[in-house]
Amino acid sequence: MVHTVIQALILGILTGGVYALMSTGQTLVFGVMRVVNVAQGVLVILAAYLSYTLYSQFGIDPFATIVLVMPAMFAVGVGIQLLFIRPVQRHRGSVTFEQTLLIMFAVAVGIEGILDLAYTSSYRSIDTSYANASWTVAGYTFSVVRVLAFALAVGLLGLLWLLLNKTPFGRAVRATVQNPTSARLLGVNTERIQALGMGVGVSLAGASGAVFGLIYPFDANSSYDLVSRLLSIIVLGGLGSVVGAVAGSLVLGVAEAVVQTFSPVWAPFTFLVVLIAVLLVRPQGLFGSAERGAL
Amino acid sequence: MSRVIRPDSWLVRIILPLAALAAVPFLMPQAWLLNLAILGIMYAALASSWNLLAGYTGYISLSHAAFFGIGAYALARLAGTVASLRGYGPFLLTIPIGVAVTLAAIPVGWVVLRTRHVTFAIVTITVLFIVQTLAFNLTGVTGGSEGVAVASAPFGASDFELPFYWVMTALLALAVIIFEAVRRSRLGLSLTALREDEDKARGIGVPTQPLKVGAFAVSVGITAMVGGVWAYYISFVMPQYAIDPLMMVGIALTAFLGGKGTLWGPTIGALIVVPAQQYLAFQVGASDLYLVSYAAIFLLVILLLPRGVIPTLGEHLRARRARSVSVQSARDPEERLDEPQHTPA
Repeated sequence: MVHTVIQALILGILTGGVYALMSTGQTLVFGVMRVVNVAQGVLVILAAYLSYTLYSQFGIDPFATIVLVMPAMFAVGVGIQLLFIRPVQRHRGSVTFEQTLLIMFAVAVGIEGILDLAYTSSYRSIDTSYANASWTVAGYTFSVVRVLAFALAVGLLGLLWLLLNKTPFGRAVRATVQNPTSARLLGVNTERIQALGMGVGVSLAGASGAVFGLIYPFDANSSYDLVSRLLSIIVLGGLGSVVGAVAGSLVLGVAEAVVQTFSPVWAPFTFLVVLIAVLLVRPQGLFGSAERGAL
Repeated sequence: MSRVIRPDSWLVRIILPLAALAAVPFLMPQAWLLNLAILGIMYAALASSWNLLAGYTGYISLSHAAFFGIGAYALARLAGTVASLRGYGPFLLTIPIGVAVTLAAIPVGWVVLRTRHVTFAIVTITVLFIVQTLAFNLTGVTGGSEGVAVASAPFGASDFELPFYWVMTALLALAVIIFEAVRRSRLGLSLTALREDEDKARGIGVPTQPLKVGAFAVSVGITAMVGGVWAYYISFVMPQYAIDPLMMVGIALTAFLGGKGTLWGPTIGALIVVPAQQYLAFQVGASDLYLVSYAAIFLLVILLLPRGVIPTLGEHLRARRARSVSVQSARDPEERLDEPQHTPA
């Protein structure tokens, strides 16, 4: 019993790391642009398909494909911002939140359609030689793929922290998150920051795509399940808070893994229950600031 | 304009448009046209009931498709167990389903409406996806991915669609009549104040939380009733169609296209979107290009007509009236009420 729970905890933390990679990208996009990226789930799947193709066609190791997939997804993110968000922004002066929400929803549906066209709707999985390998430490199983994925997540999140806190770009991003108008007055090109911020957020989805494909079989429809988890995570963490997204990922990753161990059918319910608990106790989320109560 | 028929009367705003919709089956009795009309009115009813929440409170719910599915499953399950319900019986069954969902939505709404706009929208999306996952997983109730069959309606083949058309129209009527009745009441003023500035509204004594929860509950209750009628019409409920994120975008976009917060905007939106969507489905088949083209329509609508048909038209009309010097210098009540940003019309 104790062994089972600890094993579930290990699994949950490792999975939570991957969720963190996806959800920090999403919460960053919200922070910079006030755009809820409901397409993040399908973008992860898009990246998973890209890795799958690179692996199956050219034999590139899935973890190595990240080097190619991340820049590609960065471009996709910037493209979405320039093509769909910015025109509305220019047109109306400021984008109302519900419009961008619907735009991202439509973008998600469009990408899903394209993926269905390109890859049909049969499940794919990235089967490497080490896909099912695992290490056993003190009686506990550590899946090789999940450990590597967790390490990757920690590494990339560290880089993200450096990018946000130690570079001029990061300072501009933080200024835009805090107050776009003041940032503009101080000479920050917020439009450019928003496009690049979207790119960074989506490239994080890109990095997690390969990992997702290694862990789970997927098709374009998997994105719905995924995005509901990600949205629960960023609400739990507090919208726009990167630290909150990481914490929320670990909490929900662990909660899900524990429930999954005992009752697979009720695992999706975990997210709903945690979400309701958060809304009852602390509607602004773990790390959401109280003065943003109007969110 | 005659003095007897005022543009702001129930006759003009509710009865005549409904009469026009009721005349449709006599004008185009072909089954395939009626089928299209049923779908159009269904979306109109869904968007209009969605509009009861979004139009009055400004809260964008993306969970309505989940309640649609709940209504559909409820009807499928109940019509199967209550054997005496044949023919028109299942239509009556939507009334207790609607009441039950409305009551059940009060605690749900109370929890999800603890958040403000952005978080509310996200939470409701999550609810939608989780309910869909549950529909797949709770095989005991929903039959999982195999779905639930509903005994098909025993209407003759020649006029099979008619009862469904009437019932869908009745549900649309329910939504618009509630909308209009609220607009004319003190409740409408309170809700409008809430939408414009929730904190100020609460400050001057508007009971914001009960109002929001009430609007949410009534709104999803009607949505569930529409779901029930839909289940009876297609006589098969499958999770991917009963709780469909695509339908959710469809509902919201339909309302946006016509004009969120206006009385007939959602209906006009539905009567544009549904035929366009069906035409596309017909052209490209139900293949996956359908999803892409669907997304393209949505993006075009938002990028080109961000405020919706009725508000845009209203703006043009006002601009024109303003140019022809103020003939009616006295403020026309309609002119003021048409502005969706300030008062729902």
